[in-house]
Amino acid sequence: MIKINNLQARVEDKEILKGINLEINPGEIHAIMGPNGSGKSTLSSVIAGREDYEVTGGSIDFEGEDLLDLNPEERAHKGIFLSFQYPVEIPGVTVSNFVKTAINESRKGRGEEPMEAREMLAKMREKTALLEMDKSYLSRSLNEGFSGGEKKRNEIFQMAMLEPKLAILDETDSGLDIDALRIVAGGVNKLRTADNAVIVITHYQRLLDYIKPDFVHVLYNGRIVKSGGPELAHELEEKGYDWIKAENA
Amino acid sequence: MTDLAQDLLSSFVVAEPQLNGSRNLGVVHLRKEALDRFEALGFPTTRDEEWKYTNLKPVLKHNYRILLKGDDAVSFADIKSYLLSDLDTYKLVFINGKYSSWLSDSTHQEFDVCTFAAALNKYPDTIAEYLGKAAPKGETFVDLNTAFADDGAFIRVKASQTVDKPIEILYLTTNENGPAFSQVRNLIIVEQNAEVQLVERHQNIGDQPSFTNFVSEVFAARDARVSYYKVQNDADEATLVDNTHVVQKEQSNVHVGTYTFGGKLVRNNLHFYSGGEHAESHMDGITIIGDGQTVDHHTLVDHQEPNCYSRELYKGIYLGKSHGIFNGKVMVRQKAQKTNAFQQNDNILLSDKAKVDTKPQLEIFADDVRCSHGCTIGQLDRNALFYLRSRGIPKHEAEGLMTYAFAADALEYVKIPQLEKRLNRVIAEKLGINLEFTL
Ligand SMILES: Nc1ncnc2c1ncn2[C@@H]1O[C@H](COP(=O)(O)OP(=O)(O)OP(=O)(O)O)[C@@H](O)[C@H]1O
Ligand SMILES: [Mg+2]
Repeated sequence: MIKINNLQARVEDKEILKGINLEINPGEIHAIMGPNGSGKSTLSSVIAGREDYEVTGGSIDFEGEDLLDLNPEERAHKGIFLSFQYPVEIPGVTVSNFVKTAINESRKGRGEEPMEAREMLAKMREKTALLEMDKSYLSRSLNEGFSGGEKKRNEIFQMAMLEPKLAILDETDSGLDIDALRIVAGGVNKLRTADNAVIVITHYQRLLDYIKPDFVHVLYNGRIVKSGGPELAHELEEKGYDWIKAENA
Repeated sequence: MTDLAQDLLSSFVVAEPQLNGSRNLGVVHLRKEALDRFEALGFPTTRDEEWKYTNLKPVLKHNYRILLKGDDAVSFADIKSYLLSDLDTYKLVFINGKYSSWLSDSTHQEFDVCTFAAALNKYPDTIAEYLGKAAPKGETFVDLNTAFADDGAFIRVKASQTVDKPIEILYLTTNENGPAFSQVRNLIIVEQNAEVQLVERHQNIGDQPSFTNFVSEVFAARDARVSYYKVQNDADEATLVDNTHVVQKEQSNVHVGTYTFGGKLVRNNLHFYSGGEHAESHMDGITIIGDGQTVDHHTLVDHQEPNCYSRELYKGIYLGKSHGIFNGKVMVRQKAQKTNAFQQNDNILLSDKAKVDTKPQLEIFADDVRCSHGCTIGQLDRNALFYLRSRGIPKHEAEGLMTYAFAADALEYVKIPQLEKRLNRVIAEKLGINLEFTL
């Protein structure tokens, strides 16, 4: 589905990604872990098309297409979704209007008809129920005054509405209480099919108890320095990152 | 002295005997005195502190006609789009400063919605009591207007009356014969516990430059309620100097909303004199302008009595090579304890050629007051922009949406739904966004 090859990126003069290689097939879940500041959010932003980062080398191939040629909205139309580590507040725009517009713009981008109002409504009802969200959120300004956990749940609600092929969840677990974590993770699992894939960025094994990864990668200093199965997450939980840092000193 | 000032002074001799009210000695006296002051002052230049950022020179240089004629050829179809067509309103329509009775819908029944010219003849006592009492002498444009203006809207709402529908005031300039300089004047008297809503517009419907020097005096007596909306969406070659002066008494509540989208140069001098306890003064507005346009908001709230509230919120969105100026003065006199004054001016520059000069000015002589003020000039938040785009919303729409959201809270006090809808439509059009998005 997505093939990242020797990806390098920087912001201003600072080299952040120093040659990332990662391949993800449909149906897979990949976890990315790694110390603070190692480049996880940068990698997510570069995949989603943030223009503040300059890609200085390498390539990203998404379903046979060169992703780096596309702007953020075009990538979204192709089915890439990023759940933000820090979702942004947009005053004056309600959640429901925002989601409606996002869905219909994506459809337009793919040359499809806008979604029928009735279908939209039914879908919103279904997905708010899935994530056990109060419907009153829909008429609130997007993320404005939302608590940390509410913002994260709202991200996954948007993901549920948009049904992306590749979802990148950047520390979706941070800010969620124990029950909310279970509900949100349950929601993500329900949205899985054989055709879509998920990248889960997290610092904690706990989330991976719910969303079970096929692969775990360690990103350190702009490179993926270790990859393994779910057991790697346990090992990190136990030992921390010192041994990784020592191996890559 | 500019050529235009010379022209004006020499025209006065010809004009004066023809002006409405020329047999009213009080008015004649007022005009002569005002002209003398104008002669001494002349037009302001950028050396005047109050005009530092707004250069009038380019718009004063046209060869304006000063003594204008009405235009019978204007039909309702020509002006329809400038009115709130889906709403029943009183209408006062002036063409080149002359009242057009066939395009208007006035009344003398319970309240007066008529013309300044009629009032000059019909209500000399009222004129003597109010004319020139709100607008200060010694302000050049006010004086010039006082000397020349002989028509405009006259509205008087008697105690405890509520005008049953909004009043639309439309000042048109048709200028097939070359640039036109027009001077019109409102006198609005809202007596004790009375209520009125006004929607006002100046519109140049020719293709030549126009200059409108406008004075509006508003008197809000005890417990009076006034909503006054100014839609400024004039033609590219139009200049407007709007001098609106509001005198308030106890517990009155006056809102002036100014929505500026069009015109080459717009200068708003909006002054509130808060002269009664517990008076509320609201002024807010949205400015969205682009290439070659200048909009200058100069506001003053003069708190003269204790326990009053003023709220001021101006939003500006600047595209292309445009220039915005905001100068908000809040004066709290020694007597005006417990004044609560709020002022905020927020601006977004959508182009690196756009420019904003913003300046709050507080003069506080009382010690127990709450005054807050702030101004911001910024670009759209890049983070938010990326957030929207990453959800599939194209860049242009995302920018428009964020700009709209930025501006929209300055519409909160618009009480006429049809007007709100109309303003929303203009804003959406200006920003090139799809309205369904936000409404
Ligand atoms: N726009 C930027 N300007 C300057 N430095 C940046 C910018 N974005 C990221 N960086 C730097 O790049 C490095 C990687 O940041 P990134 O946010 O990708 O880390 P992360 O792995 O997501 O960390 P965390 O676990 O704390 O979320 C950090 O040192 C960060 O300060
Ligand atoms: Mg991060």
